[in-house]
Amino acid sequence: MTPEHWDLIGKELGLDKPVVVQYFVWMGDILTGDFGESLAGKQPVTKVVGEKIPATLQLGLAGWVLATLIGVPLGVLSAWQRGSIWDYIGRSFALFGQALPQFWVGIMAVLLFAVILGWLPSGTRGEGFSIRHMALPTIVIAWSAAAAYLRLTRSAMLEIKDSEYLKLARAKGVSTRSLIWKHAFKNALISPLTYSAQLMAGLISGVVVIENVFAWPGLGAAAVRAIGNNDFPVMSIVVILFTLIFVGMNFLADLSYAFIDPRIRYN
Amino acid sequence: MTINAMNNADQSTTVSQPMWISFLGGFWRVLRNYPILPIVVLLIFFIVSVFAPLLEPRDPIQQNLRGRNAPPSWHDPGWYADNPKLDQTYLLGADHVGRDILSRLIQGSRISLMVVAIALTTGLVAGTALGLIGGYFGGAWDEIIMRAVDIWAAVPFLLLAITVAVVLGASFSVMASLLVLLTWSGFVRNIRAEVLIIKELDYVKISMVAGASTPRILIRHVFPGVMNTMIVITTLNVGGLILAEATLSFLGAGIPGPNATWGLMINEGRSYLSDAWWITVFPGIAIFLVVMSMNFLGDWMRDYLDPNLRQSR
Repeated sequence: MTPEHWDLIGKELGLDKPVVVQYFVWMGDILTGDFGESLAGKQPVTKVVGEKIPATLQLGLAGWVLATLIGVPLGVLSAWQRGSIWDYIGRSFALFGQALPQFWVGIMAVLLFAVILGWLPSGTRGEGFSIRHMALPTIVIAWSAAAAYLRLTRSAMLEIKDSEYLKLARAKGVSTRSLIWKHAFKNALISPLTYSAQLMAGLISGVVVIENVFAWPGLGAAAVRAIGNNDFPVMSIVVILFTLIFVGMNFLADLSYAFIDPRIRYN
Repeated sequence: MTINAMNNADQSTTVSQPMWISFLGGFWRVLRNYPILPIVVLLIFFIVSVFAPLLEPRDPIQQNLRGRNAPPSWHDPGWYADNPKLDQTYLLGADHVGRDILSRLIQGSRISLMVVAIALTTGLVAGTALGLIGGYFGGAWDEIIMRAVDIWAAVPFLLLAITVAVVLGASFSVMASLLVLLTWSGFVRNIRAEVLIIKELDYVKISMVAGASTPRILIRHVFPGVMNTMIVITTLNVGGLILAEATLSFLGAGIPGPNATWGLMINEGRSYLSDAWWITVFPGIAIFLVVMSMNFLGDWMRDYLDPNLRQSR
């Protein structure tokens, strides 16, 4: 590369200007919807990243649904039958989920189900909407999420279980089923609900690791590759996306408080 | 013990069970109420990491191509019989260039412990100081500190960490600094909340009236009140930090080889999963044991020291 060529590329990328000016140029471009071109592929960044979004959403949403379906009912059960075998099962499930490194569980799942047993494919997204390809990564990301759900739901239910109004409801002969789901669960919902919004954001931005383990063609894998290639335009758009998702989800959680608990109203 | 003696024991303690059952029962009660097992596990890891160079059976970065992917000696003695030229056995096997897994695990425990200890101490001091300042002075300081915490919460940490590691080059100090960034905000949030309550208490007001200087009030009167919270958050943080360190190492943004970290070992073993599972499995078990014990201990400390943070059990 000749020095002239070097200067030319620098000018093209705007690197001849001071850093502060560069920042405002970048900011202006972002605000006007111009996210630039990927340095690696010379394609518009929106296209490179846009292609990856469905894969990440698919995995993140599936993990979120699975974690909610397992964690919340198990938390209720574990609190209601405290000290029973279910409580122990639930709590050990949570303990393992929070202490096992996710990437290691992923690798072990590949070893067991793909290499040794040969039941499920070990990587990639497969053609179209492939449940078989989704199964392992979804279960792995759902485990630790379900563990946190379980702990939150359990402690919220336990607190409510001791309350006076629940004793009254029980005394006047409300059936156990409506006692749990109508009287107790609705009031215990606040903390799992907050968590579920954060979790959704966390799962979408947190699939970085699992996408790498399972060669899942999503945003996280693309971001890690972009970092390796010094592909700054791609990195910045992914970071902006993840941050927006986080802020948006927290906003939704705040709104839903008021919806669920009428005592909280924002003026 | 003769039957007679046992009967005597029964009569004297008026327990109708044989003595060994009540002894086991008592033992079980102690185990349930105090985190003995986690402390034992953590102590073992602590001692191993402190005396790592003495305990490593072999040089953890010494390669030996004859022992490539050698299985654990108890798992497959036949392999060693087939390779008579290899003059050593590996208790937990060897990795893809014949480095001893056990020695690397021991070295990894030391690196994990050091990086977590440094990160946690720094995060603790910075976070506690900011929490004290924000909570006590309120106003603009509080606003600036808390908005910084909020902004920080929205930054995708993993991506930032990998970026920093790639741009600055992965090293021990980069890793420690990254982990500091992960811990400080938790301290700020919780300690600020605590200070907001403490500063309204009478004894703090009285010392103000008595003319104590602000630093004196902060250090002598407010700080002791947040100490328990600080200890609890510290213990609760360790497990997460070890996992974060392993995850970053796994993604290639950790402390670079040939030194062993647990995450890096798992990453290296991935390609040899079907031939040599031991490269990947043992570091994972090590991480799990330490994190699990730390979580147990943290939960126990919270219940014991700081009932305000308690979740119902």
